[in-house]
Amino acid sequence: MNQLESTMKNGIHFLLLLLLLARPVGADTREEAARILQRIDQNQNIERQIIISSMIIRGLRGSREIKYQSWIIGQEKSFTESLAPLREKGTKMLKLDQNLWIFDPGADRTIKIAGHMLRQSMSGSDLSYEDMMEKGKLSDTYDATIVGEEPIDGRDTWILDLKARQTSLAYQQRKIWVDKERYLGIREELYAASGKLLKRLDILETFQTSRGWYPRRLRFKDMLKKGDGTEWIIHSVDFDTPIPDSKFSKAALRR
Amino acid sequence: MIRFLLKGLLRDRSRSLFPILITASGVAITVLVFAWVGGILHDTVETAARFKTGHVKVRTRALNEQRYPNIMELVLTDAGTIQRKLQTDFPRMIWKSRIQFGGLLDIPDKNGETAAQAPVAGLGADLTSPDSPEIRNLNLKQALIKGALPRQPGEILLSDALFEKLALGLGQNVTYIGSDMNGSMVFHNFTIAGTVRFGIRVMDRGAIIADLADMRQALNMMDATTEIFGFFEDGFYHPEKAAAIKTAFNSAYLAATDIFTPVMVTLEDQDDLGEMLSYMNSIFSAILIIFIFVISIVLWNAGLMNGIRRYGEIGIRLAIGESKTSLYWSMIVEAVLLGVASYLLGTILGLIPAYYLQVHGVDFGYFMQNSSYMMNNIMRARISPINFWIGIVPGVVAPFIGAVISGLAIFKRETAQLFKELET
Repeated sequence: MNQLESTMKNGIHFLLLLLLLARPVGADTREEAARILQRIDQNQNIERQIIISSMIIRGLRGSREIKYQSWIIGQEKSFTESLAPLREKGTKMLKLDQNLWIFDPGADRTIKIAGHMLRQSMSGSDLSYEDMMEKGKLSDTYDATIVGEEPIDGRDTWILDLKARQTSLAYQQRKIWVDKERYLGIREELYAASGKLLKRLDILETFQTSRGWYPRRLRFKDMLKKGDGTEWIIHSVDFDTPIPDSKFSKAALRR
Repeated sequence: MIRFLLKGLLRDRSRSLFPILITASGVAITVLVFAWVGGILHDTVETAARFKTGHVKVRTRALNEQRYPNIMELVLTDAGTIQRKLQTDFPRMIWKSRIQFGGLLDIPDKNGETAAQAPVAGLGADLTSPDSPEIRNLNLKQALIKGALPRQPGEILLSDALFEKLALGLGQNVTYIGSDMNGSMVFHNFTIAGTVRFGIRVMDRGAIIADLADMRQALNMMDATTEIFGFFEDGFYHPEKAAAIKTAFNSAYLAATDIFTPVMVTLEDQDDLGEMLSYMNSIFSAILIIFIFVISIVLWNAGLMNGIRRYGEIGIRLAIGESKTSLYWSMIVEAVLLGVASYLLGTILGLIPAYYLQVHGVDFGYFMQNSSYMMNNIMRARISPINFWIGIVPGVVAPFIGAVISGLAIFKRETAQLFKELET
């Protein structure tokens, strides 16, 4: 009897020990992944910026380059104007929260881009207008887990697997390779709900600014499209010049 | 002898009127069905050729393979040179560049804001050159419902149904939104010059017809085109000639590997049209053969019945000394005379409704609301030379065979038995 009691006590102690030690599987990696996402969001959430950039589109018939100037406030407001070439010059885009308008100087019309038009390619690039409309912080819209680590071009990265919390998001799954030191996603794969790889983003070059590390050259590849992808080159970023509120109005599109 | 037989036939109505009515009905139905089926097949080919396939067509290999999502990026560049070469190499064909495009039509309100949008499928064709055959190729004069054909740059024709749906006005400005040959979104203003209704569901849902030069400007396609259409000068599709032209043209590019290499296809190579036509042809041919066979059996049987009914008459004629051969031939000549009369009457009776169907047709639009085939909603008959001859099979050949077979019984009659047979 004593032996039986002793065996039972040992068993209960063992179970208690197991319960104390047991935590949901992957809880650590999820907490760590959420922390990493928040750091990425902090890096990306810049109060205001004026960017001069070029988009090099490598399509089936060769390359084209379009030059832009963009005025951006947080993640909600942006105004972009095409500077070159001549055919694209003067085309303007205004994003206000979840609305997007394009002004075409040739037709002298301001058109709201909505519905399936958002899935159209932006200037024939590998980016869609929907990509420009991505809303909210990653940490608010996706659940992340760390699924591995991998060095990319000499930089140590975590591989984060992100699952969308809302079905309305364009990409239901993402995989991000995050630079462990700079908290910058240096590679990203975007998937449909079916698991099909839709797009891939690679940051090819970065530079240090007063607000941290910033991409210099990025390459987008629409995996459903032929061609060698679209390269985006950031020529300059200005975080200090104030941007008047009037910039983000439909009237500004016609100016 | 023929005059004698004719007199007999005319005086004995039971030998002429009823057989002629039966046979002529069969002939009339055959002529009508043949004209209508032929008309539907002809219309299907002609409509597809006019609007979508040409009799032959040149486009890029990439566009032909249909493996790439954005067709505007796969257009044929240096189209002027290719078209001139086609005109030199195949001068008996009419070659015309066309741009097929899709997109949205945006209707502005008085402030220039979007008031309405609708999806459109468009066609850019040479509408403004003097003597351009495209006006005739696209049946534009007949299809015009309101306004006029485009004469000035920037003018378009719009589907009448879409025009009414969006409550538009002639002369109103609309903006076309689409993709150019680089995949960039484009916005281009047009003025509505007129409205059209082709009677083809696919086109009438929401078509824009614009001048080729305007579309080239709008879509950034200078000296480029989606396709170069080739039409035979007589307006009819000739499968063997088309295949020969295709082989001759494509042989020059056999070694090329570039996805933008021009490639020629015939009408039958496109949109499963060849398979569809061959399937429809087989089905209609089978129906016609079965129909002609059944009609022929009925008429043949009538011939046989007629022979049996005249059993007594044949016996008397043999008894009074007419030779079996002479009797046999007179039966055959009678059948042929009746057949010719039935054929003539039946052909006239068949051609009258066939002509009505050729002019008015029957509207099958309700059944084709979701159709993606370039087919006319109104299915019309087409009277062609064969309609004047097809009635010979059920009208003359079937009664002739009936008389030939039933008449053989004459040779089996024994003269010695005739009086015994006649007594009973």
